[in-house]
Amino acid sequence: MAKRYDLRRQPGFSQIAWFCIFMLYAPILMLVLFSFNDNRSVVKWTEFSFRWYTEAFANDGIRAAAVTSLKLALVASVFGTIFATMAALATTRTRPYRGMNLAYAIINQPLMIPEIVTAIASLSLFALIKQITGVTGIGYLMLAHTVFCVPFAYMPIRARLEDMTLTLEQAAADLYASPIRVFWEVTFPLLIPGVVSGAMLAFVVSLDDVIITLMVAGPGETTLPIFILGAIRRGITPEINAVSTILLAVSILLVAVFFLFQRKTKK
Amino acid sequence: MPVTQNMNQLKPTVLAKNDADEVPAISVQGLVKTFGHSSNQITALDDVSIDIQQNEFFTLLGPSGCGKTTLLRLIAGFELPDSGTVLLHGEGIEHLPPHMRPVNTVFQSYALFPHISVADNIGFGLRMLGWDKAKITNAVEKMLDMVRLSDLANRQPDQLSGGQQQRVALARALAPAPRVLLLDEPLAALDLKLRKEMQIELKRLQDQTGITFVFVTHDQEEALTMSDRIAVMSAGRVLQVGQPKEIYNAPEHRFVADFIGDINVLPGQVKHRQNGKLVVMIAGGSEVHLPDDGIQSDSLFVAVRPEKATLAKSGTGALSGVVNNIVFFGSGTNIHVSLSDGVDFVVQTQGSETGLSLGDAVSVNFADSAAKVLRN
Repeated sequence: MAKRYDLRRQPGFSQIAWFCIFMLYAPILMLVLFSFNDNRSVVKWTEFSFRWYTEAFANDGIRAAAVTSLKLALVASVFGTIFATMAALATTRTRPYRGMNLAYAIINQPLMIPEIVTAIASLSLFALIKQITGVTGIGYLMLAHTVFCVPFAYMPIRARLEDMTLTLEQAAADLYASPIRVFWEVTFPLLIPGVVSGAMLAFVVSLDDVIITLMVAGPGETTLPIFILGAIRRGITPEINAVSTILLAVSILLVAVFFLFQRKTKK
Repeated sequence: MPVTQNMNQLKPTVLAKNDADEVPAISVQGLVKTFGHSSNQITALDDVSIDIQQNEFFTLLGPSGCGKTTLLRLIAGFELPDSGTVLLHGEGIEHLPPHMRPVNTVFQSYALFPHISVADNIGFGLRMLGWDKAKITNAVEKMLDMVRLSDLANRQPDQLSGGQQQRVALARALAPAPRVLLLDEPLAALDLKLRKEMQIELKRLQDQTGITFVFVTHDQEEALTMSDRIAVMSAGRVLQVGQPKEIYNAPEHRFVADFIGDINVLPGQVKHRQNGKLVVMIAGGSEVHLPDDGIQSDSLFVAVRPEKATLAKSGTGALSGVVNNIVFFGSGTNIHVSLSDGVDFVVQTQGSETGLSLGDAVSVNFADSAAKVLRN
């Protein structure tokens, strides 16, 4: 039998792979490990304990920041996903029109623009609006997050729509479903895996954002990453490790739920 | 809302059953459809007009790219014509979107909804028409029974075999009792044995429901077996419409003759026209007398089916040639004869014993009535 080509047989391949995996996950592993360390030091291990978790939960600042972050991420991912779904439909489920490719490019462009530029642009625009209307509040931050979530949610939704054959929607129309019913009876149910992964991506991106939040957030609108950043200026504490570990656990959970969900809908 | 009114008129359940039988189920007039922009425009349909009678099993036959599927999609409403009209039982429908046309389609890929059960797939059209649940359940049971899938009602489509999916697609399209059922190469994905079974099943369903079937296929045998009438299409045009026998025995176009079954095509020259007869000199030197159907050109083609010709000893027939191949195919034998001018002529005989061997000099005979003039 002829030898099959197998990348794993290349010299050094598995070593490189293991090195990369180590570099990716070693810092995270350290962080998780020391969040359970019963010692103020983040470099010297003494004893296993939940002490920093209890302290983090008892910390009002952390609690308030977590609530703000979750609220923000929820609003941004829900609205961002709705707009992204509409945009994805408009760029895949219409007769080709002039400027369709342009629309596609415009929707994705925010991913290429340096975030600091978007942040400063948002800051000046919102400052202007605030000056004219006098309205303040967390609404600006929600708006900014919603906007930058759109392209992230758009990508998986569009990919899913492109995979779905138009014939199913034509079959529904053929069986007397009006365009709106075609969408709710056929397009949307089949699109759900794309919508869910778009929403989760948007949620995580919003939860993680620093630069735009830093610029746009008003007084008292502190999100978890901003709080951590502030705390770190006063020195790394295991309490921060504990909060970061919780953030990590939440995102792993989201991804796991998503994969289970997707497997179920595929069956 | 005028649109809704219009739709109600056309809903299959509301349609009056006592239409005059003379009104064609589908009448397309002067349909033109082009795709693409001016620089690389493709004409999919080039002035197509067909009348399809009620309760007819009508087949659109042609090679891929001939426009048959485009015509079907124009009737279903998935494409809009550049010009021309589509009449359904006398009413113009070419401006209506698909969901307002009381015609249903069986797709080549079946297009079953993967996220709902077999029963829900079959009941989909009825639900969209606003039937109440009990009535839908009843109708779905009837349909399941008709396509013999009652045991599989609660399965998901991807748990079914290809043949079963095909039957669900049929039941789903037939459930709303459409005025016309459109079938887009529905048997193409099935293996030969299953295809034969489904051919019989389709005929049975058409008899049982009395619904007009418009069937698209590129398989000439399938078309001949199943159809009441066939329209042979090529390059966006309808070349000939007729019963299978007419299409087979009296092809008018060279393309039709070539496409349907095996046929010998001989170039000929009109010697003279008299009393409604054409006297045509065919290659090899003999004369054939053919009915004059008004063909203008003097150079034409004469077609003879292999089974309509016979072989005789050399020098006794119209055409002479040499046996260059003998092909046994089970129920008969094809004898290929090289005519004196080099044209290959096939004669079909019954049985396996021909008493001939390669290189024998023979004569080919056929009655004048077996020969057909073809338009090029």
